[in-house]
Order: sequence, then C-alpha cells, then structure tokens
Amino acid sequence: MNHAGQGLVVHGLFKDPADFVHILDQMPSCVLVLDRDRRVVAVNSAFEALTGFSRKDACGVQCAEITRSSVCHYRCPALPQSDALQDKCRTGDIVSKDRRKIPVRINVSALIGPDGEHQGFLEVIEDLRVNLTWDWESVHIERFGHLVGHSPEIQKVFHMLPLISQSDSSVLITGETGTGKDLMAEAIHRASERARGQFVKINCGALPDALLESELFGHVKGAFTGATENRIGRIRQANNGTLFLAEVGDLNYSLQTKLLSFLDDKTVYPLGSSEGIRVNVRVVAATLRNLEQMVRKDTFRSDLFFRLNVIRINLPPLREREGDTVLLLQHFLRSFSQLFGKKIEGYSDETMRILLDFSYPGNVRELRNIVEYVSNVCQGNQVLPVHLPLYVREGNEPLPPETLPWGVPPVLPVNVSASDRSVEMTWRDMEKKMILKALAQARGKRARAAEILGWGRSTLWRKMKDYGLDS
Amino acid sequence: MGWTPDLLRNGGAKRLLVVVQDRRVAPRFDLAMEVYLVQEGAEGGKTLILGQTSAEKLCHLIVGSDLAEVVCGGIEDEHYQYLTWKKVRVIDNVIGPLEWVLGRWREGRLQPGDIFDHCGGESVQGLSA
Repeated sequence: MNHAGQGLVVHGLFKDPADFVHILDQMPSCVLVLDRDRRVVAVNSAFEALTGFSRKDACGVQCAEITRSSVCHYRCPALPQSDALQDKCRTGDIVSKDRRKIPVRINVSALIGPDGEHQGFLEVIEDLRVNLTWDWESVHIERFGHLVGHSPEIQKVFHMLPLISQSDSSVLITGETGTGKDLMAEAIHRASERARGQFVKINCGALPDALLESELFGHVKGAFTGATENRIGRIRQANNGTLFLAEVGDLNYSLQTKLLSFLDDKTVYPLGSSEGIRVNVRVVAATLRNLEQMVRKDTFRSDLFFRLNVIRINLPPLREREGDTVLLLQHFLRSFSQLFGKKIEGYSDETMRILLDFSYPGNVRELRNIVEYVSNVCQGNQVLPVHLPLYVREGNEPLPPETLPWGVPPVLPVNVSASDRSVEMTWRDMEKKMILKALAQARGKRARAAEILGWGRSTLWRKMKDYGLDS
Repeated sequence: MGWTPDLLRNGGAKRLLVVVQDRRVAPRFDLAMEVYLVQEGAEGGKTLILGQTSAEKLCHLIVGSDLAEVVCGGIEDEHYQYLTWKKVRVIDNVIGPLEWVLGRWREGRLQPGDIFDHCGGESVQGLSA
C-alpha cells in the first residue's frame, strides 16, 4: 500500500491498483487504520459522519484522542496486554465533535505484514444507537441505573455504590417496602465487574419450600416425581454473575442451612445428586424484615445472617428523604408522559401541595403508582387535584405498609361526587374512544378489536352496550 | 472535590482550567482525573488530582471557582451548555500537549477545535509537530 497524492493505493489485491480509502468509504461502519504507535493513518467517511472529525483532522493524531472512547480511556484494546489480546471487542461510548455521547462497539485487529512484522491496527467502530432504544429513559438508566434522589440520605447510599460494586462481598439490602431494594441490587450488579454475567433474581417468599430448593439448587432427572429432566437451578444460572435473593427473611430454616453451606464452599449440590458443582456467584440479598430481631427470636440463622451482612445497605423510607418527593414526582411524570404519548408539563400548585402532604407509606413504589394513575387520567397539560386518586386527595393512608398490595395503587371505591364527575366523564370518553379506534383498526371485527384491546369478547360486548355502541 | 484552590481566588485576572491526562489535553471531560489550573500573567500553574471522574462535579468545581475559561477535548452538550450558561468559555475539541495549549492561550490564539499536529506546534519549547 502506498500514498498516491492524498489517497492510499493498494497494490496486488486486484489486477490494477485500487484506491484504499474508496474501499473503506463503502463500509457502513467507521474504520480507522492506525500505525504501530496507534496514530491514525486513514479513516473512512462513516468515521467522519459519526465523530464529526474530518480525515484531515484525524490523520496523524493518536487514536484515543480523536475517537474519545471510554474503552480507550479504561483499557486500550490495541495495547499488548494479555487480556486485551484475547478480547478485542469492547463496548463503550464516544463523544463526537458536536458533543453527543454515542454508544459504540469497538473492534481492533492487528495488521501483520508479509514478513510477520506488526505494522499497525485496523479499528472498526459500530454505532450501537440503532440497536439500543436511545431515548431519554435509557440515557437516564445508563447514568443512574433507575436510581433517582438528591437528598443527603440517599446520596450517602449512592456514594457507597461504586465502592460496593468494586468489591465481591455479599450484600444485604434492608428497607421498607417500595424503597428500591431490587433496583439497588441490580444497580450493584450493573456497576460491577460481573455486569457481563447474568443478574438472576429469586423471590424467596414467592415459592413453596420444596419448589424453592429445586429452583435455587436445581435437580437431576428422577430426583422426585415430576423431575423428568435435569435442571441447573438459579445459582448455577448466575455463574459469573450476581444472585439476588429477594425477601431472604422468608426463607425457611432448612433452606437457610443449605444456603449457608453453599455460601461457605460455593458448591451447588442439585437435588438427587451427590456431585457438587463449583460456581462463582456474588450474593446480594434483600428483605424488609428485621433480621437482627429474627436472629434473636431464633427464626433466622445467625451464621447465615453474618455471612449475608458483610456489606449492609439500609435504604431510607421516602419520608426521610428530604426534597426527593418533588424530584421523583417530576421524574415519573416525565417518564409516564413520554410512555403514554402525552404532553403533561407538570402539576398545579394545589396538586403539588396535596402530593407533598401525602405520607407515602408504600414509599417510592406507591408514589410511582400514583403518578402512573394521574398520567392515565390527565388529559390536559397539567395535573389537577381532580386527577388524583380519592385517598390521596383526602390524605388517607389506604393500607398499612406491610400489607400494601404490590403493583396498582389502592384506589378505594368512591361515591362519585360533583367534582369527580369530570374524571368519570374523561375515563368514559377515553374508553369509548379506545373502543372505536380498535373497531376501526379491526375493520368492524369485534373479536379482533377485543384482541387489540387485550379484553375478552364478552367484556368488549358489555362495554359497547354500556356506551351505546352496539346498535 | 469540596476544595477551592487559593490560586483561583486571588485577584481579577483571567483564570483557566485545562482538563489533562499525561500532560496532554484529556480526550474526555467526563472521564478526567486531573486538571491544570493557571492564571493569566502568573508563572506556572497548579495540577489537581480529582478524587473521581464526574462531569457534574467538575462543572460544579469550575463554576464554584469562578473560572473564566475551560480547555478540554470532548464534552457532552449538556455540560457545555451548562458551563456557557454560567458564563464560562469552553474551548473544546482541543488536541495537544498542555504546554502548547498554554502557550497558545497566553498568546490569545487558542480556539475550539485546535489540533497540535495540524497547527504546527510552533509555540512550544522543546516540542515539535
């Protein structure tokens, strides 16, 4: 290959010499040719489009300084390190000349001359925006991993997060319901070296004991009636990743013993097998129960508690997170407004006052559900008090925290008062509109319309009759 | 990053912060671990090692320290807009050694997008393009 004027000419590849840069320009991904010192020799037009730097800007400049990739910052894939030689395909992000942060995958290959001597590198940068849903939500998730909060109480926890992620010790997350224990566990996994491995969650309170044992440790074929095939179990699924034990306080005593044995020797014995399988998992556990008290009452094994309680995170309830209520109200309104394709800009002063006065016994989950509810109900660009669930308007706590249902906010049966009539009408109008839209989409076929709406045929028929659409 | 360097509190002279890595302008503002602080008319400057990489905290430091100008490589628009809104001049997309950047800045010739390899590296003692 030699330079011909401003271009690069390749000899011997085809019958006649070919313009190498022209070949590179045909490629959809960014391509850089680097010399042995990782200085740019040539780039293609896709590179110019992605980074905003021209060929003239790029040539002669160190690769890391022109690509400005997070991959190069942490561990240059072209450096002759042992692990880098094995794994030269990395994902990260770059900052373009026009100040956009772009997720990319970078692949670096060494260019070896005919004499076996290392001549340089060929670097390919793939734009991952096409693969990812690059919306506000994902940008936010990338930075904060779903965690939102500015109060000193939660900031203390956030500051601990990088340190906890760097270690490989067991973590015990405690806190009231709805404080974000699951999100915290996932954030620890995502920020850790194990992020490429799986994050496997199992709710210890959701399954009967016999099933839970099989779910956790797996079983071999014939171990019990119905065990028709081998099953590896959640612990082995989480190999090289993180195992998240939600509601660990609900684990029965015999399973606590088995879990303790696993934590000791990191070996899984599937049900019906005497052969142990070594696994490499990090255990993160969470509970809303007071484990210390359970240990005192002898319902939770103290040795298991001490093994899980290596790093302890106690998530503060929302009432102790000063200033976060406003932040979360705005954050969720923005998310749901975008999700539902609405243009809700904010809360009226009165609505905000009511929302700030509410005690949120179900913490962030309850707040989120209230905002989801108002985002559904609100048809204008501002949330008014009339859009709030009645129990919030009246300042009633629907249920004590421990028995608060997961998922939908508890909306109490209400007698429709004069002020409620507008909401009722809005709901009815909206539902009627949805039915008409689905019928139009299904070209009048009721079965298809019911499918589009996610209802049964009889529900659709009943509602159509109710709205006078059945004639 | 709760400190404010004394150097940057004195007098009314123009103050500059360069985001650096290995005595060159760091490619990324958000991943910077080191900054170089200099005051117009003063001999030399001061290097500060940052405790962690955080564009937000770095912005806070710049605004809190009343710095007039910042030199960096790549910076996200969000941080660029914030700093310019706070009346900080951001000279971004600069590639080159620190000494060359400081020389050009003192001469009033440093512009966004300046690249040492293409600007001749003329004003730096002991350096060549």
